[in-house]
Amino acid sequence: MLTIKNLTASINDKPILRGIDLEVRPGEVHAIMGPNGSGKSTLANVLAGREDYAVTGGEVSWQGRDLLALAPEERAREGIFLAFQYPVEIPGVSNVNLLKAALNAKLKHLGREELDAYDFLALVKERMKLVQMPEDFLYRAVNEGFSGGEKKRNEVLQMAVLEPLLGILDETDSGLDIDALKIVADGVNALRAPDRSFVVVTHYQRLLDYIVPDHVHVLAHGRIVKSGGKELALDLERRGYGWIAELERGAGDDARA
Amino acid sequence: MSTANHEIDALIRQKYKHGFVTELESESLPPGLNEDVIRAISAKKGEPEWMLEWRLEAYRHWLEMPEPEWAHVHYPRIDYQDIVYYAAPKSKKDAPKSLEEVDPKLLETYEKLGIPLEERAALAGVAVDAVFDSVSVATTFKDKLGKLGIIFCSFSEAVREHPELVRRYLGSVVPQRDNFFAALNSAVFSDGSFVYVPRGVRCPMELSTYFRINAKSTGQFERTLIVADEGSYVSYLEGCTAPMRDENQLHAAVVELVALDDAEIKYSTVQNWYPGDEEGRGGIYNFVTKRGECRGRGAKISWTQVETGSAITWKYPSCILTGDDSVGEFYSVALTNNRQQADTGTKMVHIGRNTRSTIISKGISAGRGQNAYRGLVKVTKSAEGARNYTQCDSLLMGEKCGAHTFPYIEVKNPTAQVEHEATTSKISEDQLFYCLQRGISTEEAVTMIVNGFCKEVLKELPMEFAVEAQKLLGVSLEGAVG
Repeated sequence: MLTIKNLTASINDKPILRGIDLEVRPGEVHAIMGPNGSGKSTLANVLAGREDYAVTGGEVSWQGRDLLALAPEERAREGIFLAFQYPVEIPGVSNVNLLKAALNAKLKHLGREELDAYDFLALVKERMKLVQMPEDFLYRAVNEGFSGGEKKRNEVLQMAVLEPLLGILDETDSGLDIDALKIVADGVNALRAPDRSFVVVTHYQRLLDYIVPDHVHVLAHGRIVKSGGKELALDLERRGYGWIAELERGAGDDARA
Repeated sequence: MSTANHEIDALIRQKYKHGFVTELESESLPPGLNEDVIRAISAKKGEPEWMLEWRLEAYRHWLEMPEPEWAHVHYPRIDYQDIVYYAAPKSKKDAPKSLEEVDPKLLETYEKLGIPLEERAALAGVAVDAVFDSVSVATTFKDKLGKLGIIFCSFSEAVREHPELVRRYLGSVVPQRDNFFAALNSAVFSDGSFVYVPRGVRCPMELSTYFRINAKSTGQFERTLIVADEGSYVSYLEGCTAPMRDENQLHAAVVELVALDDAEIKYSTVQNWYPGDEEGRGGIYNFVTKRGECRGRGAKISWTQVETGSAITWKYPSCILTGDDSVGEFYSVALTNNRQQADTGTKMVHIGRNTRSTIISKGISAGRGQNAYRGLVKVTKSAEGARNYTQCDSLLMGEKCGAHTFPYIEVKNPTAQVEHEATTSKISEDQLFYCLQRGISTEEAVTMIVNGFCKEVLKELPMEFAVEAQKLLGVSLEGAVG
């Protein structure tokens, strides 16, 4: 479904990703862990098509298509969703307005009929239950004055309405207390489906207690230095990221060998 | 759209089906301005002696007035002797002969704004010999209003039919010598609208100049006078969202509003005159004086405007709050793109006790557009307990545009409360990327963000006007980002 081969990317000529390989199959949940500055968020943003990052090499194939050739909005309409680490505030634009524009853009792209106001509201209200959001949320301006937890729930709500094939969660757990974390995780878990995959970027293992991954990858200095099952996350939690530095040196030696 | 507008709309379309009337070219005066020209204008309109005297008086003041230079706008000097002050109808020699000759960009804009096909030719200034005959529309409209005692007619007609009302109120809010452009307008005004709503009457429909657009050009020196008698209410809509081609480069209109005890006037404008091309060539200079007086106790005047057109806009719709407990409001969106310049704002003059005013101004600058807010809040000694709230927000798009804020506050009464808030923001890459990542196109995202920014103003517009204004903001910003 998503195949990343030797992806390199830089920001302001500074290399961040130094050769990422990753294969995500339908229905899988992949966790990307790693210390700050390892390139986790860069990977998430490059996949979503953010222009600040320059892709300098490698390939990304999405359902058989060249993902890197698609504009950000096309990627979104083709089923890639990024839950932002820092959801953006848009004053004066109501949540419901943004959701409607987004959903209709996608439906139009897929050649399907846009939902009328009635069906749209019914759909949104149903999905709001997933993240326990009160209805008045819909009529508030996008993320304006939202608490950290509300912003992240709002991201999950958008994902629930847009029903992507790949959900990329960029440090969705950051800044959440345990109750908010549970709500967000429950929302994501409810969206797990055989044809829907997730890439969960996180610094801490804590989130993975609630969203249990099939695969865990450890990123350091722009490379995946170790991959494994969900137990790898627990290892990391126990041994800390210092352990990774050793792994990385090992990887460097392998490369030289 | 209100029922009234529906009716008007239906009538306009119906009339089109019935065909066109041919209009004869009539003679124009040669360019230039002197007392003879003013006498000629007055004579052609069949005006009474007092009206001519009023014009001449204004002209004599104008001769002695210097042209203002303080506004934050730049333009080549206007040669007032090179302007034709009377031409009805306008010369069609240089106008396009058919829609095929009209700038395709303009046609594209009409398409996007959803302007009915049959109106596009007239708006684009195509020299069709046939123009829409508005007589039946006007008559139906007037009958309905007439039953309530409401007068709504052209200014020329008002001078002939209701001279006592015109004499009583004309120039009572904007005196002839008020400013350079108002004096010029007073001397040479071509035509405009007159409204009188009698005591206690609530005007049942939005009064609109829209339906008259196709019928005749009200010209470059438009004059509007609206009087709301005690306890009455009227909502007046000016303008049209369609970009209008106009041969007149200088527009100097005057609008006067008078609200007596407990009367309310709501005046909404959507202005979209030709701003010139990307380099600013050929755009209209819009130097307007708009002022309302809350003359009676508890009166209320509210200005709402969305301005996206003109090369240069210079305008400050104002409220003189004379009556105790009267209320003035100003809600404005001014958008400048390419080389457009706008110096707009308002004046709130508090004279009566417990008078209140609210100013919400939203300036959007894109391309090389320059947008200045200039506002005066004046609280005179007599204005015990006056309150003002001003909020002035600017949104910048791109690196080459500018936003400027010039607030003037004069308070002579210690009990007054005056608040001023100002913000400047940019459409951030983050906001844009956020929308794109949700599948929304750049164009739609920009429109959405800008409309969000203007929300507090747009919600003051009558519904149908607001929808049109939203579309217009989107169209006016095309190509401004990305």
